[in-house]
Amino acid sequence: MTNVVEMKNITKVFPGVVANDQVNFELKKGEIHVLLGENGAGKTTLMNILYGLYEQTDGDIFIKGQLQKIKDPSVAISLGIGMVHQHFMLVEPFTVTENIILGSETHKGFANSVLDLETANKKVKEISELYGLAVDPSAKIQDISVGMQQRVEILKTLYRGAEILILDEPTAVLTPQEIDELGEILKKLVEQDKSIILITHKLKEVMAMSDRVTVIRRGKVIETLDKNNTNIDELAELMVGRKVNLKVDKKTHEKDGDVVLKVEGLMAEDNRGSHALKGVDFEVKSGEIFAIAGVDGNGQGQLVEVLTGLRKSTGGSFSIKGVDLSHATTKEILKNSVAHIPEDRHKRGLVLQHSLAENGILGNHLDEPFSKNGLLDENEIHAYSKKLIDEYDVRTPSERVQANALSGGNQQKFIVAREINRHPELIIASQPTRGVDVGAIEFIHRKLVEQRDQGKAILLVSLELDEVMALADRIAVIYDGKIVGVVEGSEANERELGIMMAGGNAKA
Amino acid sequence: MQSQKESKIKVAIDSIKFPLLAIVFAFIIGAFFIIWTGNNPIMAYGELFSGSIGNISRFGETLLKATPLIFTGLAVGFGYRCGLFNIGVEGQYIFGTIFAVSGGWVFRDMPGFILPGILLVLGAIGGAIWAFIPGILKAKRGVNEVIISIMLNYTALYIANYIVRSVLNPSILLGGDKKAYSVMIPDQGRLTALTEFIPSFGYSSVNTGIVIAIIMALIIWFILFKTTLGYEVRSVGFNPYASEYGGISIAKNITLAMVISGALAGLAGAVTVIGLTFKVDMASGMPGYGFDGIAVALVGKNHPIGILASALLFGILKNGERKMQIAGIPKEVVGIIQSIIIIFIAAEAIGSYLPDIKKKFSKKSKEEVQV
Repeated sequence: MTNVVEMKNITKVFPGVVANDQVNFELKKGEIHVLLGENGAGKTTLMNILYGLYEQTDGDIFIKGQLQKIKDPSVAISLGIGMVHQHFMLVEPFTVTENIILGSETHKGFANSVLDLETANKKVKEISELYGLAVDPSAKIQDISVGMQQRVEILKTLYRGAEILILDEPTAVLTPQEIDELGEILKKLVEQDKSIILITHKLKEVMAMSDRVTVIRRGKVIETLDKNNTNIDELAELMVGRKVNLKVDKKTHEKDGDVVLKVEGLMAEDNRGSHALKGVDFEVKSGEIFAIAGVDGNGQGQLVEVLTGLRKSTGGSFSIKGVDLSHATTKEILKNSVAHIPEDRHKRGLVLQHSLAENGILGNHLDEPFSKNGLLDENEIHAYSKKLIDEYDVRTPSERVQANALSGGNQQKFIVAREINRHPELIIASQPTRGVDVGAIEFIHRKLVEQRDQGKAILLVSLELDEVMALADRIAVIYDGKIVGVVEGSEANERELGIMMAGGNAKA
Repeated sequence: MQSQKESKIKVAIDSIKFPLLAIVFAFIIGAFFIIWTGNNPIMAYGELFSGSIGNISRFGETLLKATPLIFTGLAVGFGYRCGLFNIGVEGQYIFGTIFAVSGGWVFRDMPGFILPGILLVLGAIGGAIWAFIPGILKAKRGVNEVIISIMLNYTALYIANYIVRSVLNPSILLGGDKKAYSVMIPDQGRLTALTEFIPSFGYSSVNTGIVIAIIMALIIWFILFKTTLGYEVRSVGFNPYASEYGGISIAKNITLAMVISGALAGLAGAVTVIGLTFKVDMASGMPGYGFDGIAVALVGKNHPIGILASALLFGILKNGERKMQIAGIPKEVVGIIQSIIIIFIAAEAIGSYLPDIKKKFSKKSKEEVQV
């Protein structure tokens, strides 16, 4: 087999940091090649260079044996390279076809001034049948599922004649079943002589989908392996650079804790005014981790926002330790021993321009000893932040630096430190390890389990099924704004949960 | 402890480095325009500075010009700290003048040790009321404060003109001919000229208003950085979502910040009326202090101490241009210099995005290297 892509000695230097250091990467014709590495390892940078979004500082790129200078994405597209980004770039109110042809429209009529949607529709249908990418060309993007939207993105690249496909973290938003389907699609594409690069940090997918895998760590290629000659544990070790404990150790939980959070018939709308929560009931007891699993966009976000006072409910109620807080403000809810690790640390969790010290008192700033009679006590505030930084091993030069100077993992550790130090009865952890490195994931998981063992009630909302299965004592699956089932963590299996996440009935 | 102090000084130097450079560059570019008009830039700048800081009485006039700019600069800056662009400082200033002059008439029998204080408070209330309108609309209904407050500028201007022409006109209150200005502030209600304490201020009308302005800047600094109120205002300004998450009410802080901003603008009006003009004239256009306040706040980076410095700079330019003009150099040069300073500083705000992103990336990766 010939190499369709050869990247030789690629170095990319950003001011003060080497993102890619003498990287060599080869893609054979007709293979699925996984680029594996932690967040920030440099895998996306490397692919952005290949797609022309960045220019390499040093090194050469050969496409089908020819030396090429890829100055911008239009050059990449003309060379037959297509990229599907992690966040889809689709126009929601447009139809599938309109999105696919955007930027390379077909024309007809006088002076080619009329958009020829018929021809386009036909061509889209042809391509989708050829590769088994079933989509409805006339459906609007806003009406189709995330899995479908991803197909549209793939079709978009194929429509432009891509031979080499780059998929950046394609499974992040999919259910287990959709991930399987994606695997099938990729196999069909490879059968048609396409070559595929898959960027991911999920080890299971490597084993399921790839032919070969290249591990990147700290901007350097560690090794390129044949999938058949390796295993998950070896890959994990190569990726992180040390032995990793993928299992979370925890004792069996006390089944008869007191009910801390009681949610009854809770309803809420999303920002567009449609019903996002359609009557949710559950209880979280002390000493347990209660997880809500589900595909993104099924009401998890609204649920967390309502429970933390950030969104008004439209019906139903919830109470914490018997106190009804259905209509309470965020301030009152925080006062009732609730801590909240938000899903988006940049949007909610931190004021990035504030110093760590100032962030350390967010939510506690009106309480003694941090302030008295409206005056801040800087000594107390700084001492407190230093304590958080020490106890949670937050890597920072001091508590005086702005929060945005820290890496994602350290920011997240700081937030977890702040929230746990609130000494809450209930911790609402929403995607607590999103986008952080394996080291931080291990640490945060350990801290959550520690809190559980101390008798705290923990509501974990996560899109990562692995995380849910590793941590939860009980698992509820949310689909379309409703809890479709609750299973014991010890009895849960991925297949069953996956079916429920897609709205199916697991018992049937 | 020592190193912390040093790092604080370093941060301070870092933050004024750019404005200083912008000012130097603006003067250099201004020099080309002066040469273009056929004049000697060194001579021109010599006149500019001798006219503004050449002797104590000229410096007094510079301080006088800087006084309202400190207040309006603080007004804009405080709003901006909460993420608000209070472009309505003009209107709030006008309301401050009207409230102060009305108070001067109503309380004309009050003794001198208390009346100026009352008039200042009234001016602040006037500005605060006028700013409360866009504040509450933004907080409760999400209405854009820029549009509302621009419109309220004109509303304030014409309301003030109406009041000066009818209610507060000397012809109505005292009899006699119709005048184009209001009744006067009684003598005991006026601020004292500094020349009464320091005779070398000479003819300059600079008054205790400048002292009040400096104290106000210190108070605002204290509020912003040492109180929970300031913490909440700054948090909302930086990141309303995170503030909400931390139990901080966005609506409350937006309204409050707008009201404080308006009170500062109203103070600017009151200080001008009881310190310099002693009456309110009918006007065909905006007084302009509010718009200058935007520039002052921008150059001062919305920091109270920076605003003090940049108001002084604008005072120097405004006061020095007269002497420059007498020497035959078009005073528009000063306008050009002001504009270039603003362009440079605004450009930094734009330009800083790129390095910011790179910096973020580099720091991120560095951290990851440690992990």
